[in-house]
Amino acid sequence: MASVEFSNVTKIFGNFNAVSDVSFSIGDGEFVCLLGPSGCGKTTSLRMIAGLETPTSGKLLIGGEDVTHYHPKDRQISMVFQDYALYPHMNLADNIAYPLKVRGKSVTERHGRAKEVADVLKIGHLLDRLPSQISGGQQQRTSLARALVYPSQVYLFDEPLSNLDAKLRLEARGFLNHLQRDMGMTAVYVTHDQAEAMALATRIAVMDQGKIVQYASPIEIYRRPATTFVANFVGNPPMNLVPVEAVQGDGQLRPSADGLVLGGLAMSSGIGTALGAGKTLTLGIRPEHLSIAEPGAANTIAGKLFANENMGPESLVTIERPDGSRVTARIFTDDHIALDQAVKLSFSSEHVHLFDGAGNRIPADGETPI
Amino acid sequence: MKLTLPAFIGRIAFSALAALIGAAFALPLLWFLFAPFNARAELGLAIPDPWTLSNFVTVFGNSFAVQALWNSLIQSVGGVILVGAAATLAAYALSRSSLPGKGAVTYILLLFSSVVSGSAAMVPIFLIVSAAGLIDTHLAVILTFAGGLLPTAMFILRDFIDSIPKSYEESAMVAGASPVQAFFDVALPVIRPGIVVVVVWGFVNIWGSFLIPFILLRSDDQMPASVAIYSFYSEAGTPIVTLLAAYSLIYSLPVIALYLFVSWKFGFRFFGGIKA
Repeated sequence: MASVEFSNVTKIFGNFNAVSDVSFSIGDGEFVCLLGPSGCGKTTSLRMIAGLETPTSGKLLIGGEDVTHYHPKDRQISMVFQDYALYPHMNLADNIAYPLKVRGKSVTERHGRAKEVADVLKIGHLLDRLPSQISGGQQQRTSLARALVYPSQVYLFDEPLSNLDAKLRLEARGFLNHLQRDMGMTAVYVTHDQAEAMALATRIAVMDQGKIVQYASPIEIYRRPATTFVANFVGNPPMNLVPVEAVQGDGQLRPSADGLVLGGLAMSSGIGTALGAGKTLTLGIRPEHLSIAEPGAANTIAGKLFANENMGPESLVTIERPDGSRVTARIFTDDHIALDQAVKLSFSSEHVHLFDGAGNRIPADGETPI
Repeated sequence: MKLTLPAFIGRIAFSALAALIGAAFALPLLWFLFAPFNARAELGLAIPDPWTLSNFVTVFGNSFAVQALWNSLIQSVGGVILVGAAATLAAYALSRSSLPGKGAVTYILLLFSSVVSGSAAMVPIFLIVSAAGLIDTHLAVILTFAGGLLPTAMFILRDFIDSIPKSYEESAMVAGASPVQAFFDVALPVIRPGIVVVVVWGFVNIWGSFLIPFILLRSDDQMPASVAIYSFYSEAGTPIVTLLAAYSLIYSLPVIALYLFVSWKFGFRFFGGIKA
């Protein structure tokens, strides 16, 4: 196991900046997820660790050693590919043991080790099958077995679960989580699924347009998203973002928008002064922090019912505000609400996130700035 | 469903026409199968009476014709090995590398390839081969065909390799393989069906060609079967139908055998990537 470090890494394809001047480090034994929409540079970053792409500029270190220009074979890494990349002409045993074959191990040792790993992954009974003769979930586990068959400094995962159906994906995710805790491996895991990142990572690097927007623990990213992009990307359903204006009221600066009543929310004095009245801000509230307003609630947001989706334990209630924008709440109730009926949702001040005009987080009172 | 009378007649007419066209194509093939076993075969179709192998005995008595079959095999196999190996390496490089202008190279080669083995280039080819001192050698025929077939073979194979995910070799290299190991262990077996197609196509091309060996070879003991067929013409230029038919059947057997072997072993199907 080893640490990984990006030092001012840039990768340019033609005139497309895939990764721009990225610096961050992954500690020994950490499981880091690179999370972001397609084209954000997460896969390119992973492929640079693997040595399948060479940075245009900058340095890449594995275990403190500069490997920027090393061939993939000299990096002591293993990787699970999105399409599994199982060799169609080899049976599972040979597929799994291929890394041992190139390392010159004997057939007996190769097959013994392949059997061991395959048994752990519950594909031990399939070793003489060809990849085309097993199911998608088994193919996925075979490619995982091939990555685990020899000790590596870093384990790389390129969206390994995206080709599985929903149920298998949850199962595989749980297994990977267990494996990481069990082995304490250093892993870099690329995904566009925020739930996968939240479930697996010790730290998440949220990427957008070739840059890292926020690099923090999952809980930190959930509780204190650094930008509106992160706020909108993490969480299911994503955070509600409501444009508001900073206005002066009862001697305090507070956000205001049509249909929005903020009784108990004033902006921290220092920031309020710095912003000044009349500035446009964004207010963020997570769906799980909204509930149907009781009479006399201090902070409310009003609209007409747009949709009410029953998810079993909870309902997703979406209201349409006077300006046409929508706000979704996760509500644990079976109450029937008619379409177009006026609905008022309430929330407590401590769950409100504020972002400035550029989309950057405005720290609440007592919160350390990011 | 009940058919109306005109539709019924239409169907019968269509079937009759189709049968007629089918028969027109089947007759030469039937002749081709019957005539070699008929000691009195003529250009008309007749069922042999009695069935006999006497034609084959006479053909195998002709040492020039037998040697020619062997020569055909040398030239075809030699050419196919050269085309197969060179096209595989070239197509792999063209597909996987990021050389600028690699598309243009392939298309220009493809354009000129039809010229190289075409009759228009016969004089320059003869002069080149002659200057190289290779006239009347198997190598002359093999090299000329390799040059003529390579661009198309490269084109077919490059297309095939393009459709194979790069992640095969990438996963091999990440697992510790050198590029050469990744090519031989992983890429080559996956590309093999494509190579087989090119090999069969190249073999059929060389086996069946007449003009190039006819021009580049002089002595009887170098001539391939396609040229040797002319030894079954009388001095006056009329074909000896019985022997010609027998020799033609022998001549076409290797190609048929190759097709059968390949379709049994590989099924002429491409198994590119595994469905994800």
